[in-house]
Amino acid sequence: MIKLRDICRNFQVGDETVHALDQVTLDIAAGDYISVMGPSGSGKSTLLNMLGLLDMPNSGSYLFENKELTKLSEEKRARFRREKIGFIFQSFHLVPRLTAAGNLELPLMLTGMLPAKRRVLVQEALASVGLEDRAHHLPKQLSGGQQQRVAIARAMIMKPPLLLADEPTGNLDTHSGDEIIKTLEVLNQTGITLIVVTHDLELGQRAGRTIQMVDGKVVHDES
Amino acid sequence: MRILDTLNFSQTTLRAYPARTALILLAMAIGVASVIILTSLGEGARNYVTGQFRSLGTHLLFILPGRSETTGGLPPLLGTSPRDLTIDDAIALKQSPAIRHVAPLLLGNAPVSHASREREVTVLGSSNEMQVIMTLEVIMGKFLPAENPRIGSPVCVLGDKLYHELFGNRNPIGEWVRIGSYRYRVIGVLGDKERAFGFDNSDAVIIPVASAQTMFNKTSLFRILVKASSADALDRAKEDVLRIIRQRHEGEDDVTVIRQDALIGTFDEILKILTWVVAGIAAISLIVAGILIMNVMLVSVSQRRAEIGLLKALGASTREVLQLFLSEALILSLAGGVIGLGIGFVGAQALQVWLPDFPVQVPLWSIIAALLVTLITGLAFGLIPARQAARLDPVIALAGK
Repeated sequence: MIKLRDICRNFQVGDETVHALDQVTLDIAAGDYISVMGPSGSGKSTLLNMLGLLDMPNSGSYLFENKELTKLSEEKRARFRREKIGFIFQSFHLVPRLTAAGNLELPLMLTGMLPAKRRVLVQEALASVGLEDRAHHLPKQLSGGQQQRVAIARAMIMKPPLLLADEPTGNLDTHSGDEIIKTLEVLNQTGITLIVVTHDLELGQRAGRTIQMVDGKVVHDES
Repeated sequence: MRILDTLNFSQTTLRAYPARTALILLAMAIGVASVIILTSLGEGARNYVTGQFRSLGTHLLFILPGRSETTGGLPPLLGTSPRDLTIDDAIALKQSPAIRHVAPLLLGNAPVSHASREREVTVLGSSNEMQVIMTLEVIMGKFLPAENPRIGSPVCVLGDKLYHELFGNRNPIGEWVRIGSYRYRVIGVLGDKERAFGFDNSDAVIIPVASAQTMFNKTSLFRILVKASSADALDRAKEDVLRIIRQRHEGEDDVTVIRQDALIGTFDEILKILTWVVAGIAAISLIVAGILIMNVMLVSVSQRRAEIGLLKALGASTREVLQLFLSEALILSLAGGVIGLGIGFVGAQALQVWLPDFPVQVPLWSIIAALLVTLITGLAFGLIPARQAARLDPVIALAGK
């Protein structure tokens, strides 16, 4: 599904060049459940941003379903993200002034979908994470676990084949964190490719494949 | 993203920050309201002045001594100066069949007193025909007698305000007043709305022109007012005036004749420009409001970096983020404009109540111009923050940095 070849991403910090990703080569199959681990600054978030087309490499090739993505225009990258990639963030990133339903509608709005159709999909998505009765709640009226479930429903509402999660349990207590991981794993079992960046060793070991990164390089890749 | 969704998303943002939104709306509304009120005043002034001229009829000529000439070059060896206009000139104009009425006019200032009361007012020296030419209404007594203008009878007609200042509500007809060092018998009082050419006749006294010449020790006139026999005869009347005066002034064209309609056109033009100028000055406040929009939106962009990053992660393109922020500016400026229009109309109505004689009128062009400037200002000043938002790197924006 995904082929990364010799991906390099450099940042200039003062006079120094930081190699956030250094010749990274990876093959990811559809339906994989991968955890990316490593110390801070190892390049795992940069890798996730690269996979999510939020950032672009300085060199290398990124093939997604045999389509080269590094040459895409900004407009086409945005459309690709909208249709193929779902994001889950540590801090949920819900728009505070929008209700749970409003937050879920955002990706659908970007496609130009009509409101009536959006409402049906939003209800289904909320039901899939058990929050159908929280549709009109603002994020501040929801618990951390509930907020992350809304964020998962939002990430999945476009039914993307790839789900990227950056420390999805980082802001949650153990119980809520477990629930979130279980929800993500259920999604993975439906065939969605799941890539989770985490510091949590226990969480990382639940994945079918673990990638260890140090200084922008993949140092360990174990299935 | 559909336009309705873009606008809807923007309005949720604006409602989420009520104080910020209200501040911008207020600034925009003040700008638009000041454009509306000031232009309505300017338009009112234009209507008022042209209305004043038109109320006199449309076939008047004003004769002024002297002529517009190009000056410079070598001075003449024998000096030539324009001849003064005289009462005899005015009388001679009546030869023309195209001219129906002629009124000589002389102006000066003098104290007018009666009993223990005294008031410094404008003294108009003229003739009986001034009443017809300037459509003056006499509410008490009569106007100046129809006599030879060379004869200066000691009679006067008081303006309404002057009459009340000197006599209160007593009947002044037949009473004597002192104007300068001469005594005059009051024979009439003008109505209380007597204004012409912006001049307040109600605080003036009218005496025979010959009396005024004696009083001010002058042989010349300030103007001669001529009413043609009809609007069609106006051109002929003007030619006759020039011909007769040329004959009387030894072949010299040393007067200027202004047609009333030309005068109205000139005033109309000047006041139109004046209205545009005040509208322009008021529009500066719209630009200030635009700068406020820019400022507040720049702060908003920096506060909403994570949200912008999220929108990009969800698949919003640079163009869509730009549209979202521009639509916020658009909604703010349009809503401010509409509120400003409302305030402007209320202000114009209040002015109308306050100045009942002044025809305050909101011109259609000022409404369109104010809304257009508001829109352009909002978009122009909204563009910088919108572009800043659209160009944000999603990774940095999501980190909220």
